[in-house]
Amino acid sequence: MAVGPHAFKKMLALELDRVSRHFVTPDGGTYRAIEDISLAVGAGAFVAIVGPSGCGKSTLLNVAAGLLPPSSGRVRVDGADLDGLNRRATYMFQQDALLPWKSVRDNVALGLTLAGVARAESLARADAWLARVGLTAFTTHYPAQLSGGMRKRVTMAQNWIIDRGLMLMDEPFSALDVHTRLRMETELLALWDEAGSASPVARPFQDRDRGAERAALQPSKRTVLFVTHDLDEAIALADEVVVLSAGPASHIVARHPVALDRPRDLMELRTTTAFVDLYRALWAVLREEVVKSQRQIVRGQPR
Amino acid sequence: MKRAILFWRITVGVVALALWQGLVSLKLLDPFFVSRPTDIARRIATWIASGTLWPHLIVTLEESLLGLVVGAALGIALGFVFARSPMVARVFDPYIKMLNAIPRVVLAPLFLLWFGLGIWSKVALAVTLVFFVMFFSTYQGVRDASQVLIDNVRMLGATERQLVRHVLVPSALTWIFSSLHTSLGFAMVGAVVGEYLGSTRGLGYVISQAEGTFDTTGVFAGMTILGVVVVIVSAGVTRLERWLLRWKKDER
Repeated sequence: MAVGPHAFKKMLALELDRVSRHFVTPDGGTYRAIEDISLAVGAGAFVAIVGPSGCGKSTLLNVAAGLLPPSSGRVRVDGADLDGLNRRATYMFQQDALLPWKSVRDNVALGLTLAGVARAESLARADAWLARVGLTAFTTHYPAQLSGGMRKRVTMAQNWIIDRGLMLMDEPFSALDVHTRLRMETELLALWDEAGSASPVARPFQDRDRGAERAALQPSKRTVLFVTHDLDEAIALADEVVVLSAGPASHIVARHPVALDRPRDLMELRTTTAFVDLYRALWAVLREEVVKSQRQIVRGQPR
Repeated sequence: MKRAILFWRITVGVVALALWQGLVSLKLLDPFFVSRPTDIARRIATWIASGTLWPHLIVTLEESLLGLVVGAALGIALGFVFARSPMVARVFDPYIKMLNAIPRVVLAPLFLLWFGLGIWSKVALAVTLVFFVMFFSTYQGVRDASQVLIDNVRMLGATERQLVRHVLVPSALTWIFSSLHTSLGFAMVGAVVGEYLGSTRGLGYVISQAEGTFDTTGVFAGMTILGVVVVIVSAGVTRLERWLLRWKKDER
């Protein structure tokens, strides 16, 4: 962790305090998506959330992003109560979220454009990011002309160009094939590691919502909350894995630290004993939840 | 492919005209009722040569264009407002439907009374036609905008205005453009019907004068000119659309 005025107490990037979120179903009933979830994520930590499909993982992220207000409970970001959108977070969605009518370069520069950064500067910085993700040859293409993996890299650049402390990621690579996915995971970890060492590309950028106080803490690793249904991916990437129960009324059933050395070699990691042991321990917990959720689908209950 | 389409297009037109001409020549159709292509062509040539066509055509185009611009502006603006505020949409929903259900021919005499015999009564009629087409497609286009795109742009820091500019407008453009072709036709219909029911100039006036003297050749000549003008203007709209929606090219 970086040194700063508050370094003596544990810095929390995100706190969920007994958060629940309910939805009204079309027949007038109440669907409880997540129930009484308390989770504290330390600044600079990479936390993965796993759970069976339909367990409310996306709901949890949407609440953390401020896109959905919690039905009860509180969300705190960097120690302050969250009201409205979370301006200290970026969000990488499961679906394609690039604007199809903007070129790759304009898509990457979008966050800067919206913040009122001069056009020349934002384009120059977009180009630097596109070089970083290996897409210099595609700056003037439109998203529809790229492959799925390329679009994900553009999305990463789009999110990373605006320097925010917290990164919310909702199964960002689930639509990719296994090999592309492995490459994207490697790139994500490389970018994340790099942010901690203040590389020239990831140089801190003062966005309009951030004060000088946080600047004092730069450069620091970004905090990542990464949602996935794939335990393998969760262990490979994260410092801590949080297991959610099957829905409805999802809650946390286990939290497990991942004590694997960094930087990690994702090509080799999955066959190491440490990884396999962790996988076994966590799968024992997750397995039960997956079975429960399968049973519910068979019974035809709402997901 | 392109050449094949062009070839068949021309063939269809030529065959239809030949059939028409042939049936009249064989006395199977009475030229008094349906005229004949050669007469119509000769009439159009006379109008062009004598210069009597242009003032009428220009007035009709002027009315249509004004109707299109005003109707589109109002329709797009209100479509946006309705799509962005569900409350307004719910309150006004039955009124919009009621107004849209009024046959425009019924409105024409009222407009003549309100706006006079000049171009404005025709513009008003064109506006009532164009407005609803544009209104409904803008409404649909904005409502249709992907929630993920909206959420993403908001997370990237967009204000409400930036959201409209970067997501909602481009997203609605596809719908707006697909209805622009329809609107264009409607604008001409509005103008011509207005002229037909009461005016001293315009293609609608020319057609109604011809009808008054049982001059079917004049009626068909007027309709032909109308059709040709719509095709030409529509081609222009297609080109504009292709440029504005160029990002879609490879998706198709």
